[in-house]
Amino acid sequence: MKDFKYVGTRPIRHDGLDKVTGRANYGADFALPGMLYGAVLRSPHAHARIVSIDTKAAEAMPGVKAVITGDDIPENFAKVAIGGEGTFDMHDMGDNALAHGKALYNGHAVAAVAAVSLEAAQEAAVRIEVVYEPLEPVLSIDRALAADAPILHENLVEGQGPTNVAARMELKRGDLDAGFAEADVVIEREFRTPMAHQGYIEPHACVARYGEDGRVLVWCTTQGPFLVRDACAAILGLDGSKIKVISSEIGGGFGGKIPVYLEPLAIALSRKANRPVKMVMTRDEVFRATGPTSGTKVVMKLGAKRDGTLVAAHASMWYEAGAYRGSPFGAGAMCCLAAYKIPNFFIEAYDVVVNKPKVAAYRAPGSPASTFATESLVDEIARTLGLDPIDLRLKNAVAEGDNAPYGPAYGPIGLKQVLEAARNHPHWTAPLAPNQGRGIACGFWFNAGLSSSATVTLDGDGSAAVVTGNPDIGGTRVAQALMVAEELGIPVDRVRPIVADTDSVGFTDVTGGSRVCYATGMAVIAAARDVCDQLRARAAKIWDIDPASVEWEDGRAVPPDGADGRGPLTVAELAAKIGHTGGPIVGRASVNAPMAGPGFGAHICDLEVDVETGRSIVVRYTAIQDAGKAVHPDFVEGQMQGGASQGIGMALNEEYIYNASGVMENAGFLDYRMPVASDLPMIDTVIVEVPNPLHPYGVRGVGETPIVPPLAAVANAMRDATGIRFTELPLSPPRVLEGLSARTTEDRDAWRPSTYQAV
Amino acid sequence: MAKVHVRTTINGEEKEFLCEPADSLLGALRDAVGLTGTKEGCTTGDCGACSVLMDGRLVPSCLVLAAEVQGRTVTTIEGIANGHALHPVQQKFLEHGALQCGICTPGFIVAAKALLDTRPNPTEVETRYWLAGNLCRCTGYDKIIRAVLDAAAALRPEA
Repeated sequence: MKDFKYVGTRPIRHDGLDKVTGRANYGADFALPGMLYGAVLRSPHAHARIVSIDTKAAEAMPGVKAVITGDDIPENFAKVAIGGEGTFDMHDMGDNALAHGKALYNGHAVAAVAAVSLEAAQEAAVRIEVVYEPLEPVLSIDRALAADAPILHENLVEGQGPTNVAARMELKRGDLDAGFAEADVVIEREFRTPMAHQGYIEPHACVARYGEDGRVLVWCTTQGPFLVRDACAAILGLDGSKIKVISSEIGGGFGGKIPVYLEPLAIALSRKANRPVKMVMTRDEVFRATGPTSGTKVVMKLGAKRDGTLVAAHASMWYEAGAYRGSPFGAGAMCCLAAYKIPNFFIEAYDVVVNKPKVAAYRAPGSPASTFATESLVDEIARTLGLDPIDLRLKNAVAEGDNAPYGPAYGPIGLKQVLEAARNHPHWTAPLAPNQGRGIACGFWFNAGLSSSATVTLDGDGSAAVVTGNPDIGGTRVAQALMVAEELGIPVDRVRPIVADTDSVGFTDVTGGSRVCYATGMAVIAAARDVCDQLRARAAKIWDIDPASVEWEDGRAVPPDGADGRGPLTVAELAAKIGHTGGPIVGRASVNAPMAGPGFGAHICDLEVDVETGRSIVVRYTAIQDAGKAVHPDFVEGQMQGGASQGIGMALNEEYIYNASGVMENAGFLDYRMPVASDLPMIDTVIVEVPNPLHPYGVRGVGETPIVPPLAAVANAMRDATGIRFTELPLSPPRVLEGLSARTTEDRDAWRPSTYQAV
Repeated sequence: MAKVHVRTTINGEEKEFLCEPADSLLGALRDAVGLTGTKEGCTTGDCGACSVLMDGRLVPSCLVLAAEVQGRTVTTIEGIANGHALHPVQQKFLEHGALQCGICTPGFIVAAKALLDTRPNPTEVETRYWLAGNLCRCTGYDKIIRAVLDAAAALRPEA
């Protein structure tokens, strides 16, 4: 393994100063002269036919400059696959931006207004007269699948007629019946998780200007400026080459800032009003009208031999897509058994439309819910067989050469090393207090590769700039600067990392899929090596020797042995001469990485349960993960801690709560209960490094895997603390209290305290 | 309705602005005064991204009327550093990598300064409860708490 000089150190991030002084500009911090403000009228109904929209009264309001409805967004039936985390149906994206004929969820945009002030726009929006014909809302998977269920999309047809099931997929291996026949223990449960939101603190925001020449400027908070460009062009029927997107600093995304919501509306309003238009969502709008992750139902059966060998698995899973097709059901199916060698399995997964907001990617989309089922059952099997849960996992854990459930053989992966690290961690054997329990669970995510571009420019003073197209959501600027520093052999603070707009850098896929440090990092390293190659040629020119004989070592051009009197030349020495040796040096590279190195993690959770109130609190937590190579360990640990925290939120409290008519009842941070500082302990981290051979430094994506294990780690700890196997999340106090009160005296007597508890 | 004329002191400088009677301090700071470091996350007082100090007291500026700061002093994130020197909380946030996306960072730094102004030696638990009004979705709070405790240590005179 290569020795690194800069990679693996923890320098202060380049954008840090602006972010601790309030100077960094986020989505809502931008303004243009003559700017109007936009507001959106949203459907109060979960499912309704739009009979008519009358905008005359709104248009007559003082200060109103433009009103748009679905008529201003052409119905586009093209299917365009863009973006890094799934494909997008342009018709659905346009229809989601502004409804055409039918409102499909509470919060669905129906019309929008631009006016001279936000207040004027909001007042005008409520004067738009919409006549709705309310329809029965479809609010659950079970209702969506019923024979007499209302149909969301008449054109969604399967077999005999319209359906709410948008897609189905299956994965299988071996002989399921023979597998279960071999099993000494078979456990089956039905698991449920509710819709949950990414919960980024910054609401969606943008400013758009449609110019007289048809050129469009969009400033917005997004994970993918190129995706905003291409999506807006497709939705509005514009020429994408005329749209320039400048991504602001981004205040969290987790997948939720991949789709476009406000941007096409702001462009359409600006085109109509001939003025720039700013739009910012309220928190209520973020909850009701952006893309959370799916509510799910997973029925899973797992069989094992007495020695703990897993022999068969059968899973059926249904994922809510929200109002339009496209849940992460496929990823859910592919991820749920990814950690284990199971010779016989059958997995079927369904994409189900319901009258809720269209789901978006949320950190390892699809994996947490299905893995919750697997890891809960693995825990139950270990208990039934009296085996240590880590031993059982190690016995079945996949390693290099094993096939993933979705086909290909794994390259070098770190699951076993992660589990060994968990077993060796002092947390695993620490004593527990009464009413505490301990759980462990594993998690997997594929990670993405895809396309990225980068340029590295060398200045005469020996400093360098690195230009990429990924909004920096969690420290990727400094990671890229570390890579340039490593290649060029110059200090990290001599590298200026820049996130460019869509006119100023080559196409780059979204900041998502845990791909920035990996794939964009590969482009950055290649661009830096291009600079090094050019520097070798410059050194050869100075020395008047063959460029092929010059080596690049430790940030210096080194002449061949016997080049008498010629010492190595550093980047600074070579840079000082570039004016005389051939002019400016620009390195450039692009990558199209079809694959990435998968990431495995394991989390240990200690939970304390208040048996009188049902409230539980995480008292100790350890996250262990294979990062391949941690470029900036602070931000790798940060991803692990943040993902763990979001997963703990999903496990304990977070859920979309709907009333019977499909109106979301907790669309605010008071009632949608995300973890706060006093809810959590320090989150200990162990970074395991099994190098990923696809990346020059061994890097693998780290951002998404850490949200996968917590759901089951928490539920397994709850099982350990209370003896109750909860299969529906969240484990909020009312649900836990209900479970505790349902315990029979026999249950309680049969229940032994946690094996970790000091007697 | 006529606009309200407000005279106030923001980050040590006298300021005047006009606002609607119903405008929040958050809106006035961002739009009328032009200090966009104070962030909007919810406008319901639940996320803490808009935290400022009013006469030294920590408040969510989304729940304070702009007109209420008449004759008072307001400190925003832009006023936390002392000239060219960062406040220790700011410095420790950088050193600990206590931010990822950074949108909650101004609110956390203002809230943490308010804590350390009155309680120079907080425990981890006290710090967690004091900062429970500030939401961070990226970090899991671990590095934030460490940064604040480290800043407290840096601020205390040598024993």
